[in-house]
Amino acid sequence: MAAALFLLPFYLLIRNGLATREEITSPQWTFLPADLHWENVAALFVDTEVPFARSLLNSAMVAVLQTGGELLLCSAAGYGLARIPYRHSGKVLGVVVATLLVPTSVTFVPSFVLVSSLGWLSDLRGLVVPGLFSALNTVLFRQFFLDFPSELEDAGRIDGLGRWGVFRRIVLPNSTGFLAAIAAITFIGSWNSFLWPLVIAQDSSSWTVQVALSGLLTAQNPQLNLLFAAAAISILPIVLLFVGLQRYLVRGVTETGVNG
Amino acid sequence: MSTRSRRDTRDFWLFVGPLLLGLIIFSYVPIGWSLYLSFFDARNTVTPEVFVGVGNYTAMLTNEAFLSSLVTFSAFAVGIVPLTYVAALALALAVDRVKFAKAFFRSVFFLPFACSYVVAALIWKTSLFSGVNYGLVNSVLGAFGIDPVAWTGTADPPLYWIVLITARLWLQLGFYMLLFIAALQRIPDRLYEAAWLDGAKPGWQVFRYITLPQLRGTSVAVLLLLLINAFQAFDEFYNILGDARGYPPYGRPPLVYLYYTALGSGGQDLGRGSAGAVILSVLIAVVTLVQGKVLGFGKGRDR
Repeated sequence: MAAALFLLPFYLLIRNGLATREEITSPQWTFLPADLHWENVAALFVDTEVPFARSLLNSAMVAVLQTGGELLLCSAAGYGLARIPYRHSGKVLGVVVATLLVPTSVTFVPSFVLVSSLGWLSDLRGLVVPGLFSALNTVLFRQFFLDFPSELEDAGRIDGLGRWGVFRRIVLPNSTGFLAAIAAITFIGSWNSFLWPLVIAQDSSSWTVQVALSGLLTAQNPQLNLLFAAAAISILPIVLLFVGLQRYLVRGVTETGVNG
Repeated sequence: MSTRSRRDTRDFWLFVGPLLLGLIIFSYVPIGWSLYLSFFDARNTVTPEVFVGVGNYTAMLTNEAFLSSLVTFSAFAVGIVPLTYVAALALALAVDRVKFAKAFFRSVFFLPFACSYVVAALIWKTSLFSGVNYGLVNSVLGAFGIDPVAWTGTADPPLYWIVLITARLWLQLGFYMLLFIAALQRIPDRLYEAAWLDGAKPGWQVFRYITLPQLRGTSVAVLLLLLINAFQAFDEFYNILGDARGYPPYGRPPLVYLYYTALGSGGQDLGRGSAGAVILSVLIAVVTLVQGKVLGFGKGRDR
């Protein structure tokens, strides 16, 4: 019963996305449109008034670059903090952890000022770079690597690998489950984020898909059937990812949630 | 300094340096700059010259709209926090209990996690709780002969809370349910066996004396996450209440207020926007530090 209620919004999304405008706004409720109007989907890629296809591409680029960059930066830093003996390691960790006190969304005004003075407005760099440096993921990686069996690393040392070699060839390949968990969470968060792209992507050519949808939604008299078709397409990649990587997602949620 | 420790130092900076540099540039610099701007008259400029002392702060703290945004957040939190907590715990217990299709139920409740707040806002605003007669809820009401309700159009009665709270509940419930399921699975079976031997009745007694105390750490973490996330609410408010005519004067949480102050079309007042950001940051930091006191910082795991 509750499960059916939970699926209801997805049903509405698909029903409205494949209906005509008149069917959606008819006072007579229909459970399914008389015909499935796949041309709604086609119209989205033909209509150049809203750069929908472009916004999908932008979102994909931002999410891929952000996830890849964040994994590399945060896993390396987490490993360094966990494993490399250094006098000021504790102080550095403190500097990282301190940023957890203030969520980035609250400081979007000064971050906007910084990004605009770098000349990164409406630019892929402005969308991707500020989000790469996640203190939370660094702390999570550090905790994970603290529990990593050091025998494996020792074996690599004996084989003459340097520190970077051990990290790249032994530690990372043996951490794929954890990496996938963090990657899945990061990718979804990046794809679905709205406030930062809204502030940064001021030209429609740099819009992400969420900003494009919001622009359509808050316009005068939106074309509902196209809007719903666009929304359905926008969640498709994430739903596929969800189905494929659910095991890792669940792990990612429990790792980040309890520590978040 | 031996070559060994020199190599360690070099390696350390090789691994940690890039991240630390980025954090300093994109976290510390904006916060510092924000502090600086907040003491200046910075309308439409990021290099202000007129020093106004704490003027921006007193202006913000006596500003009707800023204070009402904190009231809006409080009302939102009072609705969403306990509701999500109870529903997530109840669902976790139920899903943990079912014998068949456990994975299916878990997936269904977790699926909205894949949906963005913008898409949910769209479904809620233009289909589920649409104020016209073709909205789903109004169609159901219409079948009982009730006139269409304008869900988001009126400040009084504030029916828009029903729309906002159900949207967020649907989006985040599965996430918190998973946290509780993970915590439930960490409770050792011997505790339940001991309770059974002591004659505790299965059901309420076991829940009250075994399950709930064992979930204490997770409960505190969940309540704080809910609170901090509600404090940062922006996406669904902006998309459900705002439209081509702009944003109504009611139902503005702190970040929406800040967005319109600092970046809205009515001129960019970065001084006041920064002062607002500093005030909100301090509020969040205090809450987080209290959490650290309660849970031990960065170790929010059940022990």
